Amino acid sequence: MNRDVAIDVRQLTLIYGSNLIQSDLNFQVRRGDVFVIMGGSGCGKSTLLKHMFGLYQPAAGEILFDGHSYFTASSVQQSAMRQRWGVTYQGGALFSDKTLAENVAMPLEEYTTLNRRDIADMVCYKLALVGLAGFEHFYPAQISGGMCKRAGLARAIALDPDILFFDEPSAGLDPLSARRLDDLILQLGHSTGATVVIVTHELASIFAIGSNGVFLDATTKTQLATGSPRHMLDHSEHARVKEFLTRGE
Amino acid sequence: MNQATLVTDKTADDSVAITLQGSWTIGNTVPDPGQLTALANVNSITTVVFITAEDFAWDSRLLAWLMAVQRQLGSCLFDLSALPAEVGDLFRLANTVPASQVRVPGRPTLKQKCLAGIARLGDEVLGLLAFIGDMFIALGRWLIGKSTARWSDILTFCYQCGPSALAIITLQSVLVGMILGYLGVVQLRQFGAEVYVSDLVGVGMVREMGALMTGVIMSGRTGAAYAAGLGTMQVNEEIDALTTLGIPPMDNLVLPRTLALLLTMPLLCLYSNILGMVGGGFVATSMDITWLLYLHQLRDAITVTDIATGVFKGFVFALLIAMAGCRAGLECGRSSAAVGQATTRAVVTALIYLIIADAGLNILFFHLGV
Ligand SMILES: Nc1ncnc2c1ncn2[C@@H]1O[C@H](COP(=O)(O)OP(=O)(O)O)[C@@H](O)[C@H]1O
Ligand SMILES: [Mg+2]
Repeated sequence: MNRDVAIDVRQLTLIYGSNLIQSDLNFQVRRGDVFVIMGGSGCGKSTLLKHMFGLYQPAAGEILFDGHSYFTASSVQQSAMRQRWGVTYQGGALFSDKTLAENVAMPLEEYTTLNRRDIADMVCYKLALVGLAGFEHFYPAQISGGMCKRAGLARAIALDPDILFFDEPSAGLDPLSARRLDDLILQLGHSTGATVVIVTHELASIFAIGSNGVFLDATTKTQLATGSPRHMLDHSEHARVKEFLTRGE
Repeated sequence: MNQATLVTDKTADDSVAITLQGSWTIGNTVPDPGQLTALANVNSITTVVFITAEDFAWDSRLLAWLMAVQRQLGSCLFDLSALPAEVGDLFRLANTVPASQVRVPGRPTLKQKCLAGIARLGDEVLGLLAFIGDMFIALGRWLIGKSTARWSDILTFCYQCGPSALAIITLQSVLVGMILGYLGVVQLRQFGAEVYVSDLVGVGMVREMGALMTGVIMSGRTGAAYAAGLGTMQVNEEIDALTTLGIPPMDNLVLPRTLALLLTMPLLCLYSNILGMVGGGFVATSMDITWLLYLHQLRDAITVTDIATGVFKGFVFALLIAMAGCRAGLECGRSSAAVGQATTRAVVTALIYLIIADAGLNILFFHLGV
């Protein structure tokens, strides 16, 4: 087992019911990577991500975290693995009947033995990290979409995860906010040493932050390329990859 | 794991060094930031230098603690250069955006609460009147053919609140009829007048229980469904989308639902009346009254006016239930919890409206002599 590899995906096949989404996926995410999952709309990027963080079980093949598969692990091990992951969802997926502070506090209350004051300190710090200091007692409905996404990020990093999964974090944000969110993800990744797996369409983000990645194709239903986005652009022999990475220009 | 401890050391007139030892991690207890407030009282201190000892480990816990200390010490400058570079990076990142000064409204006092309660009652009445007004305007638009309410929608809702509800209405009506039957038989037997059980069951069902109990069932079944459906649309911004398309929610959402209930409720009431009498009949026939006698007596007991009052009540109740349900749904908040609250509100207000309207109509009928 290679110690540098955080996630090892082997011969993975993704199926919904009888609907084949992707097959034969093989790639590795190295520790500290910002790994970008690319591809056109509907090619199965979100699906791949959801399989990676254990929401769905693969139809065939395996996803290994430090050599262990989530689905063959015992429930204790599964819970330990989940604590090492942070997940953000496309719309933020904040609990709308809880304040931002309560949202971020939730994983801390669930998985740590911190007392209330310490949790409050942690929540303050995490919200400050994503630039939401002072918004502790607001409800998700009272803040903007971009702020909801950042609050979702604060909740995802509450437990200092080793691996962060993002599904289109900057979709629906203005270019400047998107850029700031990218920077934030990058900085957080660097400072905490976390591995980042990110689904995004934003070319700017892909080249700015991606150190590694995989390109999924909807027609052939498999990966067309893997490696760093620059490398893909320069060396991939598939026209579709080049077209995507140059916006067809 | 080593206990997290700290040693403070005054290195100069205006600076203090804090040495951090042990594991400053989530699984560990860390010193109370409050114990450093003594430093804050020494006005001359402007710089706090953080140093680490050999056995030092950290994660977010250290950063959270540093932030808490920063809040305690106010304007002091923090020198983190001796800590791992990542700590400095994260600390700077957390301090890039100054804390928002926007405040959420504080808790109201008792007096404010009482005033707000009275104001809410006023708003409730005004809101109800406005809603009724809007509804009639929408009805008017529909009648002159200027509205988008479609028959297909209306028929779908009719199906949902009519035929789909038959099973529970059947059960409810037969049982209510039997309850009235037992009540009547036991009381009337004391005077040897069991045969008049038909009058009690018949008039009781037709004038009162048929409409009222159907109303109760429909409040819980249809009123709640309307509120939850519209409430979820509100949360998903679907109602905003309709409004911006220039389609008033009143026309497109409220009117079809209301019309469906108005069309089906009177029919359900009639159905309930008949089954109630059948239920009463079972009781009567088990007590030495033949079906023939029971039915004959029923025919004499019930007048067309009785039936009309019951159906009229059903009509009024339908309007009230649809109004309570749709209004709660449209005025739903923007969160998942709000949908639950809207549903509760729909059922509770519908039941209150039913009781008040029923009492009011009975008084009216009494004075009109119908
Ligand atoms: N829960 C689901 N059940 C069945 N099919 C799904 C489900 N989620 C997505 N799909 C289908 O899987 C395909 C890939 O979807 P998705 O992974 O969301 O694509 P994207 O790459 O845009 O994120 C789509 O054709 C979609 O219709
Ligand atoms: Mg997606």
